[in-house]
Order: sequence, then structure tokens, then C-alpha cells
Amino acid sequence: MSDRRNPGIDLDTSFFTYIRINTPAVERRAATLPVRRSLKKDWQAAWLLNAVRCIDLTTLAGDDTPDRVARLCAKARRPISADLLAAMGVEGLTTGAVCVYPTMVAAAKTALGNSGIPVASVATGFPAGLMPLDLRLAEIRYAVDQGADEIDIVITRAHVLRADWGALYDELRAMRAACGTARMKSILATGDLKSLENVARASHVAMQAGSDWIKTSTGKEGVNATLPVSLVMCRAIRDYCTRTGHKVGFKPAGGLRTAKDAISWQVLMREELGRDWLSPDLFRIGASSLLGDIERQISHHVTGRYAAGHRQAIA
Amino acid sequence: MSRVSEIMENMEYGPSVEDSGAVRDWLRDRSPFGHFIGGKFTGSGTTFTTRDPSTGEVLAEVTQGGDPDVAEAVRAARKAQNKWSGLSGNERARYLYAIARHIQKRERFLSVLETLDNGKPIRESRDIDIPLAARHFYHHAGWAELRDSEFPGHAPLGVCGQIIPWNFPLLMLAWKIAPALAAGNTVVLKPAEYTPLTALAFAEICQEVGLPAGVVNIVTGDGATGAALVQAELDKIAFTGSTEVGRAIAASLSGTGRKLTLELGGKSPFVVMDDADLDAAVEGVVDSIWFNQGQVCCAGSRILVAEAVAERFESLLRARMERLRIGQPLDKSTDIGAIVDPVQKDRILSICAEAIGAGAELIGGQPGEGCFIAPGYLRNIAPANPGTQQEIFGPIATLSTFRTADEAVELANNTRYGLAGSVWSESATVATDIAARIKAGVIWINCANMFDASAPFGGYRESGFGREGGRAGMLDYLSEPQVKSVRDPAPRQPVLIDGAEGKGHDIDRTMKLYLGGAQKRPDGGAMYKVPGGLAPLGNRKDIRNAVEAAAKSGKWAAMGGHARAQVLYYIAENLSARADDFAKRTNRQETDAAIARAFHYAAWADKFDGANVQAKPGHLVNVLPEPYGVMAIACPNTQPLAAFMSLVLPAIAMGNNVVVIPAQDDPLVLSDLYQVFDTSDLPGGVVNIVTGVRDELARTAAAHDGVAAMWYVGDRDGLASVEREAGGNLKPVWSPANRDWTKPDAQGAMFLRHAIQWKTIWLPYGALPEGSGGAAY
Repeated sequence: MSDRRNPGIDLDTSFFTYIRINTPAVERRAATLPVRRSLKKDWQAAWLLNAVRCIDLTTLAGDDTPDRVARLCAKARRPISADLLAAMGVEGLTTGAVCVYPTMVAAAKTALGNSGIPVASVATGFPAGLMPLDLRLAEIRYAVDQGADEIDIVITRAHVLRADWGALYDELRAMRAACGTARMKSILATGDLKSLENVARASHVAMQAGSDWIKTSTGKEGVNATLPVSLVMCRAIRDYCTRTGHKVGFKPAGGLRTAKDAISWQVLMREELGRDWLSPDLFRIGASSLLGDIERQISHHVTGRYAAGHRQAIA
Repeated sequence: MSRVSEIMENMEYGPSVEDSGAVRDWLRDRSPFGHFIGGKFTGSGTTFTTRDPSTGEVLAEVTQGGDPDVAEAVRAARKAQNKWSGLSGNERARYLYAIARHIQKRERFLSVLETLDNGKPIRESRDIDIPLAARHFYHHAGWAELRDSEFPGHAPLGVCGQIIPWNFPLLMLAWKIAPALAAGNTVVLKPAEYTPLTALAFAEICQEVGLPAGVVNIVTGDGATGAALVQAELDKIAFTGSTEVGRAIAASLSGTGRKLTLELGGKSPFVVMDDADLDAAVEGVVDSIWFNQGQVCCAGSRILVAEAVAERFESLLRARMERLRIGQPLDKSTDIGAIVDPVQKDRILSICAEAIGAGAELIGGQPGEGCFIAPGYLRNIAPANPGTQQEIFGPIATLSTFRTADEAVELANNTRYGLAGSVWSESATVATDIAARIKAGVIWINCANMFDASAPFGGYRESGFGREGGRAGMLDYLSEPQVKSVRDPAPRQPVLIDGAEGKGHDIDRTMKLYLGGAQKRPDGGAMYKVPGGLAPLGNRKDIRNAVEAAAKSGKWAAMGGHARAQVLYYIAENLSARADDFAKRTNRQETDAAIARAFHYAAWADKFDGANVQAKPGHLVNVLPEPYGVMAIACPNTQPLAAFMSLVLPAIAMGNNVVVIPAQDDPLVLSDLYQVFDTSDLPGGVVNIVTGVRDELARTAAAHDGVAAMWYVGDRDGLASVEREAGGNLKPVWSPANRDWTKPDAQGAMFLRHAIQWKTIWLPYGALPEGSGGAAY
């Protein structure tokens, strides 16, 4: 497991005070990104397997049980059937992590055993985050105590909508401290922030406060990860890295369902941030159904026949 | 390690080449190609080869068209024209619709063929060229349907010769053929010699849809074939290509009475203000000069960036440039394909070398094997550097800085071209101001190289005249309602009276020139005899002074339509008060007509509106009439007051400042008229009057580079010489028929249309990303 951390910096609003984002231009770039690059045959297969490597395989449902989580973990350990992998000469492929609620962390840890797959836990009153701060911090500490390696926190959207950057920064700093050695992903809930300039500003504050990844969505907002929003967050990551030297990861979540989506987002990472951001250390995809579609594509690549879902192991 | 594992390490893209098998089979089957004349392919004659510029591989043999081929094609087009224009709008619309559908059905085939022949990336031909070509035919199917109701009194021109360039072969074909056919014309089109293949595939589509024989004729060949077409008996030439060739065409058509539209070169400014979204602007550069290998006439090739953000902009630009992929055009991951021909590659490299020699620094832009040049830009480059002045027509921009908005505009307009401009600012206040001040036919605010069939495209200045697309584009393929013409009486040889002054008694008076709102003696000091007294004999220096006075008078256009209307009403009021004087000088009809013109154009001054066109959702696309600036008007040698007012008032109503050469033999009434101007608050310099030998003065005005447009009423020889001289700065010349200028058909919107140039301004909007809001317009 990587020990990359973003130490953060003091709040510095000069990173984003004068930021200008032209929404139609962002949409144009986002629309052409996937059609400017094309992947075929072995390249397509390799990029799809790389996407698998970056998936935070997720279950965040009210009816989650320890057994259900165990099933998910089994899929995380063997995301693509062994015969398909063998045919491509690929070994040891797992997902990037599993992502669960805090009360499911222990079950996940047990199920994953010594696989080395990290467990990520949402926390801080996910998904709305409107709980008293001390309870949210306590929830982080609980999840870490349960063995979580990564914490996916949610920000208080009100701080962004009210442009209260100091409050946002302080809250995130406190959460970062509560995470201890666990790495922190900050969910901006971009579907609630709406404007791309808000997304960029929130990204900068989250990075300055020491987020190790910034993440688009909880999966519960009206609009979740989109390419335009992701493009804006990636450019913020680029600018933060240029000014501080610290690399911050990116995690789109919610809305990535198809193998084609997986390719599009990876093209975005490669074109806007470079090769480094295609590793699980700097890129995660929050998804659950995506894996099934990728496995179908891989099966077709290997066998030349179209696959049927019932022949693949489910999570 | 397996190959898949290896790729998982390097995460390279790998090859992804579009299949070209079907296209190659087609080429093998059809080559050598003949022309397409009268609905059939002719046998091949003397052929030349067309190659894939990315490999040098021969694609096909194509016939070099000669004079007889052109003549035959013109005959076929002539024969078909009556019947074609006699079809109902709906019938023509059905053909255009069928063509659009067939282009769509063969989209992949045409994309691959275009990419093979031209070298452009398959992504561009597939996602841009071919869909836009289909869109053009759809849009003009609509104009065919609506022609009679939307353009009452207009008629097709007849047979149009069309010469198109190699940078967007099928798209330029669509831009030419669709409006011509919609209006009821038939055409002879010559595709560029480097890229004739999609035009020949289009000929097959014409056959497939059952287009009547002779409506579309395609003759292939080089510049000599084009020259033969220009010489042929046609009613119009439409040319897209270099300014040099455009100028030669204009010269050879002078005096023929044939219509001409030209879409020529450019060196368009790309202005990045300090409040721009810099990432967006960088993508704009990618879509401009790094689109189609920079072989784009309207490319934003002169990047002008505010000093305050120049460093950051340049670092973003460089990083983005390094991620562009140069490679095989058929590979779907290629951003930059091949230059169309080794000749063009050499030309690009030699201009770069010249620019570097003059002190510029080239970043990137290195030549590769074959027809490839890496994207690049020239920095540390001054306006005087040849790299700033010449159109490079390759993937090399220039990058320089400015300090203020005024300086940005000054630099942007410091060019002989005026095709397009791109402005980047997040302030609507700033962006729309700069858009208004850049002298170009198309302005893209916070975007670049956007095209649509409904949005007129065309240039100011030496980028040509005429528009393609929308209503304005249709008007260039229609003839205006006919008026009853009257022969213009030939001017008499002036009888000179050297340096004499009038006596000032009763009626006999001495007129002066009227320049910059003041009465001036003519430069040469000579006068000539006219009915009622003496008129100054103006010479070329007086024309120069008049143009200078007109150019200096800046505020007239900026006053706005309402304020101009007030002045025109005031002129009418003062004319009316002195109506008896004017009637004595001329007659009652002329005087009444003069007053009527003032009222008529006062009415129009704040009503000749542009349009908001339906280009794309989420884009506010305004088409605005802008005055030319300084116009010269040579009046007929008759009806000195009525003709003068009928010609001058529409021009000034639209905000132009004019240099007027009045009726040569009888101009004295104008000495009363300029007194009316003086008392009517017409600002000095808006109207400047130089009397004398009309055709001589008109030639001087036509040759003046500071005059942006010219109207001439006179005989054919006079017009021919004016048109020849006008080629210097490619000013459009309009020659309305001489008529009874007291009649109602001596006024109207038609005069206004020739007093303005259309500017299309694109403004994409959207406060929130897609899915959050809605398209407002």
C-alpha cells in the first residue's frame, strides 16, 4: 500500500479567488475528450483491467449485512474470473479497495484478510453530512478504530454555497486529524454545489486541508460524477500540484456504469494529469455495477463471444 | 510479461485505425475518374494523380479539365437551369433533403475518403466536416422551400462557377452547392487538385438521388482549369482560396457584370483577456490553429494575450501542446494529421524560417518525416515580423502580448485581413465590446471555429466579400428585383477656368469642395463651368483629403440609429424649409424625392436589424449589420439632387462616412445641400463631396486602400476600371442601375444591404453544466 499523503497547506484563497471557469468550454472539452482517443483489442483490455484495479467496489445501502459485505469482498479479491485473466497473462488483479459504511468495516476487514486490499469507510454523517461536528469526528475515529484504511468524508455543502472557506477548511482539517494514518477522501457532492466555479473552489480548499483524494459525489445526489465536473477537479489537482508539489488523487463516484465510461474517465486522467494518475494510488472509481460490464467486455475480448451476466460471479 | 500486462504498465493508447477497405475498393473500381457533366461521368482524359499525403501513396487518377471540358459543363448547366429554377421550392427542397440524407448514410465512407485524400485526422472528418456538410444541405433544403416567400421578387442568378479549396473539400462543396441549388441556380464546381475525391463521390450521390442532369457539374483539374472556369460564360463566380488568386479573379471579372463572392485568407486574432478562463482559451487554440493542421482560413493564428496572464497562459499552452498526438490520419487517436502536400509543408517551414530570421522564437513546430509538422507557436514576435503578417496556413500560431483592451483591439485590427476573431473573457461587458471592435466577419466569444449553416460566414477587408450560410448567404445566390434602368448621360469634357472665383451675384455662384464639414478649395485650384456657375475640379489629392476627413470622423456610427435618424429628419425639415430654392436649382420632383429619401432613411436608421439565428442550442448567435466605415459613392451624371440623396442617405443611415463624387455636369445644387447638412447637425466628415471628372475621381477612390466599399453608377467602361482598381484592397463594388431617382424604386432596404457587412457573433452561454439548467434562447 502506498504511503503517499497530502500534508496540506495553510488556507490560501489566492489559489481560487480569481478562478474563471467557462462552463460551455468545459463541456466542449469534456465532450471531445472521449472521442479524441480510441482503444482497441489488447489496449482496450489492458485499460479496462486497469480500471478494475482502480475501483473502490462499493456497497452503501440501508440493507447491507456482514454477509453481503463478505460477498462484495470476495468479488474484490477476484474481480475478473481467473480463466479470463489467465488467458491474458495477468496475475494478482484486485479492485483498488472496498467501500462500506463504518459498521461494516469490521466485516470487510475480516473478509479481505491478508489480501492487501484496503477498506474504505464513508463517515461524517454520509451522505448529507449535517450532523454536529463532534459526532462526525467521532464517526471517523470509530471507522479508523474498526480498521478502515481510508475514510471517505463528506463536506458541508453550506460552507461552499455561503463561500465560508475558513469554516470549510477548519472542518476538513479536523477531519484530517481524526483520520490519523488512514487516508482521507473528500466528497464534494458536486451535484449540490452546481456551479463549476464552486466545484473548483471546494476542490482547492479540500486539498489545502490535506485531502489525499478529492471525490465527486456520494452517489446519492441528483447528478453524480460527470466528465465536465471531473475535468474541473482534475485541473484543480494540476494547479495545486504545480503550486505545492503535492499530488492529490481523484475519485469519480456514482454514474460510471459502463466499460465505455471507465475508458472515458481514464482518458481524462491521462490527458489532463498524466500517466501517474492512472494508478490506484491517485485514481479511484467509486462504483458497484461497473465491474460487471467490464467483466463482460473482457470476456468478449478473450473468447470472441458475447457474455451473459449469469455466467459471471456477482458481488 | 504478457502484452496486456505490459500495456497495464505503460498505459499507452495503441493503434486504432479506421478501416479503409471499402473506400480503397471504390477507388480501384472507379479510377481513372472523368468529370461529372450533364449527370454522367465522362471518360478520363489526361490525368493527374491524387495521393494520400500521409504516405505518398497514389489514391487515384483524376482528369485534368481543359477549356472544352469547362465549356461542356457550362453548356450542360445552362441547359438544365431553366427547368431547375422552374421547379417549385418544395420540389427543389426534396432533392436537397435527399442529398443531405445520402451524405449522412455514407458518412463513414465520406469521412475515410476525405481523410485519405486530405490527410486530416479521421476524428475531424467524421465528427466535423461530414456532419456539417449534411447539415448544410438540410438547412438549404429549407431555404429552397421558402425561397419564394422569403425573397419575393428575387430570381436565381443562372449558372454559377464555384472553385473550392483543399482544406475542407466536401464541406466547402456543401457551402457552395447547397445555397446555389436552393436559390434555383445550376453549378459547375471545380474541386481543388489536391483533394478532388469527395467531390467525385458527391457526384455519385447526385446520381443516386436522381438530381436532374446538369444541375451539378464537377470538373476536376488544377489552377488552369479554375482559370478556364473564371473565363467561361457564367453568371457568378464563387471562390474560396488564397487572397492572391481571389484578387486575380476579381481583376479578370471586372466590367463583365458577373457576380462575384470571395472567401479568402486570414490571420485572425485570438484575444485572451486577463479575466479569461485560460484552460478554455488553451482548448480554443487547439480548436483553432491545431485543428486541421492549421490549414484553416479563419484559424485564430495570432494569439494576443494580456500581459497579466501571459506567463500562466503560455505554460498551460505548452503543456497542452505536448499532449497532442501527431500521427496517421486514419488513427482515431490522432490529433494532428498530415499537411496536404509537400509543397505546402515547404511553404510553412519557409515562413517559419523567415519569422525566426526576423527574431521570433519557435516553440515546437518541428518537421517530421513526410508531410508532418508538429504543432508549435512563434513567440517574441512583433507586428512587423513577416510571421505575424503572412498567413502561415500550418499548425503554427504566433503569440504576443498586450497591456490594455484598447491595445488588444489595435493589435487585432493591425492586419489587411478580416475573416474572423476569437475573444476570451468571462466578462460579457468586455467580450462584447472587443467583439464589436474587431473588424472581421465572424467573432467567436469564448469559443473558436464554430460553424453552422444558419450562421453567415465571410470576411471583411482582404478576406473577401459575400457570405456563406443563412439568409445573407442565400442573397448572394439571388438577383435583386429588377428596376427600369435609364441610360446615364455621358459626362461632358469639363471646360476649365483656372483659379477663377465666382462673382457672387444673384444665381451665379462658386461652389467649393465639402471636406470634413468645411468648404475647401480644390487642391489644383482649377474650376470648371457648370450650369449656374463654377464647380471645383477635384483631383486625386482631393480624394485623398476627403478619405482622410471621412476616416477621422469616428463618432457617426457610434451615435446609434436613433441619433442618426434625428439628424436625417432634421435634414428633411431644413430641406423642406428651403424647398423652393432647391426646386429652382433642380425641379420639384427632385426636391420632393430628396425630402422623401431623408424621411425614408431616417425611418430605417434604427430598424435595419440583424438577427439571432438558430445555430445550436446554448449558443447566442447574432448576425449584425455593421457599416463598412469609409465608403465612396460615384453618382450618375443626372438628377444631381435626387440621385445624390438616394445613394448617400442609405449609406450614412447605416453609419458609414462617405466620399461622394456627384453628377459631373451639374453639381451646383450640392452647394446648397451642404449648407443644409451644416445646419442639420450632420457631423463634419460624414459626407464629403469632391466634384470633377467622375470616372477619374472614382478610379482614385476605388484604388484607395482606406475606402472599404464602393458604389458606382455609370457606364460599363467606367465600372470596369473601378472594379479593376478596387481589387487592390478587394473592396466590394456595387453598381445599381441608373434609374429615375425620383421614383419609389430608388429607395429601400436593398440599398441598406449594400451599405453594411454582416458580422456573426457566437456566444455560448451556460451558468451551470448540462443537466442543471436549460437553453434560454
